[in-house]
Amino acid sequence: MKTPIYLDNHATTQMDPRVLDAMLPYFTQYFGNAASRNHEFGWVAEQAVEKARKQIADLIGATAKEIIFTSGATESDNLSIKGVAEMYAEKGNHIITAATEHKAVLDTCKKLEKNGYRVTYMPVKGDGLIDLDMLREAITDKTILVTIMYANNEIGVLQPVAEIGKICREKGVLFHTDGVQAIGKVPVDVNRDHIDLMSITAHKLYGPKGVGALYVRRKNPRVQVTAQMDGGGHERGMRSGTLNVPGIVGLGEACAICQREMPEETKRLQYLRDKLRNKLESELDEVYLNGSWEHRLPHSLNLSFAYVEGESLLMGINDVAVSSGSACTSATLEPSYVLKALGLGDDIAHSSIRFGIGRFNTEEEIDYVAEKLIVVVRKLRELSPLYEMAKEGIDLSKVSWVTD
Amino acid sequence: MAYSDKVLDHYNNPRNVGSLDKSAENVGTGMVGAPECGDVMKLQIKVNDANGIIEDAKFKTFGCGSAIASSSLATEWLKGKTVDEALAIKNTDIVSELSLPPVKIHCSVLAEDAIKAAIGDYRAKQAKRVPAEQTVA
Repeated sequence: MKTPIYLDNHATTQMDPRVLDAMLPYFTQYFGNAASRNHEFGWVAEQAVEKARKQIADLIGATAKEIIFTSGATESDNLSIKGVAEMYAEKGNHIITAATEHKAVLDTCKKLEKNGYRVTYMPVKGDGLIDLDMLREAITDKTILVTIMYANNEIGVLQPVAEIGKICREKGVLFHTDGVQAIGKVPVDVNRDHIDLMSITAHKLYGPKGVGALYVRRKNPRVQVTAQMDGGGHERGMRSGTLNVPGIVGLGEACAICQREMPEETKRLQYLRDKLRNKLESELDEVYLNGSWEHRLPHSLNLSFAYVEGESLLMGINDVAVSSGSACTSATLEPSYVLKALGLGDDIAHSSIRFGIGRFNTEEEIDYVAEKLIVVVRKLRELSPLYEMAKEGIDLSKVSWVTD
Repeated sequence: MAYSDKVLDHYNNPRNVGSLDKSAENVGTGMVGAPECGDVMKLQIKVNDANGIIEDAKFKTFGCGSAIASSSLATEWLKGKTVDEALAIKNTDIVSELSLPPVKIHCSVLAEDAIKAAIGDYRAKQAKRVPAEQTVA
């Protein structure tokens, strides 16, 4: 077993060697511009791009023509939200999103608010899911877009996307979802889920960084977005810029592998995830799961180890790569806004660890991480005045703390 | 973020972890910070009645590695000092000893606050104690 162990697969994934193999010829041998219509070099590149478009479309139940290539999900989120806002400005100026969205969505919405749009940030329930009745009530005749992520990047919960899509369809409102954490991990179907726009990125599904896509529905309804970058009018005029052919080939291949292997891979990752949770919970008291267990990505786990601060926990397992919702690990010194949106106390947010298990993790690694964590949590609890007080029966919520 | 060797050493081998009898008259207890801020330090000193020297110091800290290291270092420095000498310990001394980055300076401030709070508690106990003994005499 090699260390460090990578368990941060929500942040990014290791590229699958098969994906790299597929990409390599397109750097040196087939280097043509896919927009060159009049020679062999361009045709070969275009063919590769069209194959990838089909591979991506197949994974999400779309047609190839509905896939627009971008530089990644941040661009796809920006393009879909700003592009819809601009395109449908005459219809309305209201957008609905959720408090636990990725910053690429939240900050895009905030930007639009400055430009006169109205945005509703829906709260989430304690399990991290949105309330469908609340969504129904939030939609007005001015609403043009609902943007709710498929799966959350911090807590791994799956939103009721099919139901959200159904509500949007009934009300005649477009539905965008940031699909980056879910695509390739759970079955996603744009028709079953009534999705109109969906952001995709390659590096979360064992593909390369710097390439992504936006699914834009072409039928029932036909969706259009205003381009956010001017240029050669590539990608049906929605996204100008010479296509990143090797990256696109990689994204396509990554999608094809996910589609082929998902049933087996899901079972394996879920087994490892459940083993990790069971081991930790059987050896340690006061370990809390953050987010719904039932509606969750198979490879995702977010736990709070009460009375232990997240960054000190990460320090104790410094040969394991995971993330914490602790303020100390963020640039802003604020604990995770996602965990706070669940209604968790800041203390529990400070104690959280996110585990993302991936294709290349082994059972041996999971056992090692569990055992190491158990030792470190015990040690830090011995160090923790909060643990001592809790064991003495003191209710920590009733203590008046001395702060500046 | 990279930690300095001294922070790592205190984190891996924290000095003087534990608790003293907080009801003892020669023990001062300081508890500063709050769980929602991500840092709570409990620092205790035991003062020798005869010579006024801090003969023992213990801590427990909930917080990041730098907070643990700051309080561990503080207990090391407190032992053998008089109460007045202990009051002279500044957070900047801790920052330079542990090479804390700017984002971790608040950990050292908290450690200084904990020292002051422990001494304050000790002195408050002493102030109550003297008149009581006088009445007995």
